[in-house]
Amino acid sequence: MITQVVTANRLVDGIVVFLAADGGWSERFDLAAVSRSEEASRRLLGIAEQAEADRVVVAPYLIDVREEDGAVRPVRFREHIRAFGPPVHPQFARPGAGA
Amino acid sequence: MPLLKDGRLVEDPWVPLADEDPVPKDGPVLVSLARWQAEREILRVRPAPVGVRLASDDSAEALADDLADVALVAVDFPAFADGRGYSTARLLRERYGFTGELRAVGNILRDQYLFLARCGFDAFEVSDARAPEAWRAAMAEFHNFYQPAADGYASIIALRHRRVAAAE
Amino acid sequence: MYRYDEFDRTFVDQRVAQFRDQVRRRLEGELSEDEFRPLRLMNGLYLQLHAYMLRVAVPYGTLSAAQMRKLAHIARRYDRGYGHFTTRQNIQYNWPKLSETPDLLDELAEVEMHAIQTSGNCIRNVTADQFAGVAADEIEDPRIYAEIIRQWSSLHPEFSFLPRKFKVAVTGATRDRAAVKVHDIGLFIRRNAAGEVGFEVVVGGGQGRTPMIAKTVRSFVEKRHLLSYLEAIMRVYNQFGRRDNKFKARIKILVHEIGIEEFTRRVEAEWAEIRDGVLDLPADEVARIHAYFAPPAYEPEGEAAATLARQRLSDPAFNAWVRSNAVAHKQPGYAIANISLKPEGGVPGDATAEQMDAVADLAEQYSFSEIRVTHEQNLVLPDVRQDALYELWQALDAQGLATPNLNLVTDIIACPGLDYCSLANARSIPIAQRLSRRFADLKRQHDIGELRIKISGCINACGHHHVGHIGILGVDRKGEEYYQITLGGSADEDAAIGKIIGPAFSSAEVVDALEAIVETYLRVRREGERFIDTYGRVGAEPFKEVLYAAA
Repeated sequence: MITQVVTANRLVDGIVVFLAADGGWSERFDLAAVSRSEEASRRLLGIAEQAEADRVVVAPYLIDVREEDGAVRPVRFREHIRAFGPPVHPQFARPGAGA
Repeated sequence: MPLLKDGRLVEDPWVPLADEDPVPKDGPVLVSLARWQAEREILRVRPAPVGVRLASDDSAEALADDLADVALVAVDFPAFADGRGYSTARLLRERYGFTGELRAVGNILRDQYLFLARCGFDAFEVSDARAPEAWRAAMAEFHNFYQPAADGYASIIALRHRRVAAAE
Repeated sequence: MYRYDEFDRTFVDQRVAQFRDQVRRRLEGELSEDEFRPLRLMNGLYLQLHAYMLRVAVPYGTLSAAQMRKLAHIARRYDRGYGHFTTRQNIQYNWPKLSETPDLLDELAEVEMHAIQTSGNCIRNVTADQFAGVAADEIEDPRIYAEIIRQWSSLHPEFSFLPRKFKVAVTGATRDRAAVKVHDIGLFIRRNAAGEVGFEVVVGGGQGRTPMIAKTVRSFVEKRHLLSYLEAIMRVYNQFGRRDNKFKARIKILVHEIGIEEFTRRVEAEWAEIRDGVLDLPADEVARIHAYFAPPAYEPEGEAAATLARQRLSDPAFNAWVRSNAVAHKQPGYAIANISLKPEGGVPGDATAEQMDAVADLAEQYSFSEIRVTHEQNLVLPDVRQDALYELWQALDAQGLATPNLNLVTDIIACPGLDYCSLANARSIPIAQRLSRRFADLKRQHDIGELRIKISGCINACGHHHVGHIGILGVDRKGEEYYQITLGGSADEDAAIGKIIGPAFSSAEVVDALEAIVETYLRVRREGERFIDTYGRVGAEPFKEVLYAAA
């Protein structure tokens, strides 16, 4: 089964953002809209690509996530680092790690 | 496609010929290097000018002995990141003394106009109507250059040298 | 050091204005990301894992105190209070905003700095021996020629869209401290039989997925021919370098595929056409630039050496720092002071804005306002009086900058790795941190002696793992970070590519594995042998045995 969210970097400052359920972009991973089907993923990516054309974000893409103990987590370690900040600098940890 | 020449959009009088197209009786035609090499005896006695289109992996040297018979050389840029054409252009101008039209065709960006012009290109196939404005901006971006190239500008080293000589 | 004249200043100002317009066009939608990417890269601006990253050029690793202070200001004003010194002697900022980069570049231009060609498929920032001008073993200051090459390569109209990036390094010394033989072009300043000074030109070195040691194309090029010879090499590369596969596009592959003889033949044929022409380097231009690198007004030696000797005797901690971090200077009474950016548990190459300011102050006070950045990701105060070292050391210590570990086991090169880099497969920094804690005991470090550990988080090898005495390469194995170990690499005049010792280790195992290698070395070494010497004598077997015997 598919479980995905859309991420990108904000054009103006490059900060990692996630496509939220309201169609906006959030720095918080826990506010990302979660897709549970190919169709929903296509739809989210479509919204993101429009946002790229509108110069809100750069290079949006889908990432796989999994649900664990009621919280959503990125599957790949790379995406975990992107979502929550460089582990080497805990002072730059990003909010939104969820429960 | 319109042509940017001397900072203006102009009609392109040249008719591009595919290798199997018949050669028209008159009017300037643009042929591939292969066709030129195969049919140059016929093409050079035609009463109208001939241009040769070089692919990005064709060498300037391949045309070196024929440049007196060629009025236009078009150099293809299959991708803007493919920079071979810059060397081709400088060799045509600086080593082989080509004085005809040197045209950049294919995928070129406005941010490359200056580099292309410095290497000797004086015509550009463009699709954007705002090209003349972009051209003027690009040509005004820098006053001096560190390298001697095909555009004849004195390099900054030469300018420094002249200034010292003048002061003495 | 070099100072801009009005030509240089106008050029850099105009480059910033050009980039400002490119950023404006991007933000206003005239440029797509695909169109903007090559433009921003040619000005050192990447889009990394977390944000944009700006790489600022530190030409040949030389900085003034004023420039360092500006770098500190930029870290505070435009970033998050720190910067990262890189293996190409540059500095990277990890969090700049695209919209603010033109202003940032304007500020850099105020102190004669820029980000030109710190990325992209063009001639990159030219690197040089960090001890240039002060090394005792030097024929001539390589920065004179690095500066000449910097200018010639800046927005070169013919060579801005090369098959791939292109790196040049220069040294004037016998000892190669600039990893010259793993560059696309390496220049060794040489004196020929007639006593003239010129260059041995080597081509086709590099790291990445196909590491190679550069080969000599010409053993002596006269100074006046420097630029025409370089232009001949670049033209051959631009025309014949592969463009069908980015992994085979570096000049080393061209040299490898057509052979050094054929490559040399093509370069020489091209050079024959362009030498003695407009690229001839006028002696007065060399002299003009040379003058900027004239030695500062050194004071007489006096009691400097005696004072230093006395202070070393009275303070063992100071003595340890001098022993590892102070290097012989060509001028009697002076020393080259190395500032380690590898504190225990720290991020190799990182410096906070406060540390940068402190180094700027100390450079003004003790080193004729000059600072160097090394490819080992450390800093250098090149001109310190020996009797000022004690005060300097105390001031450095107060800033956490007095770690006495130069060239020792904890003086580790590490790329940013997966903590920052979008290309990385694994993290580098935490491995460096754990190693530096494991080997923190200074007595043990000094007992181990010179040992160069270099860590890369992916095969692109920004952390120079191929040329580490011990190299560590991070790989992704089914989502887990693993680390492959190579032994026997070297980046100096005896450059060598390390060999993989065996299967990779998990993140949990790798530090133990490194320690086992070091312990094996201590066990089998002979008197006076460095790790690399012992490895050269005994080969990989004793190390393999201890690492894999149990398996």
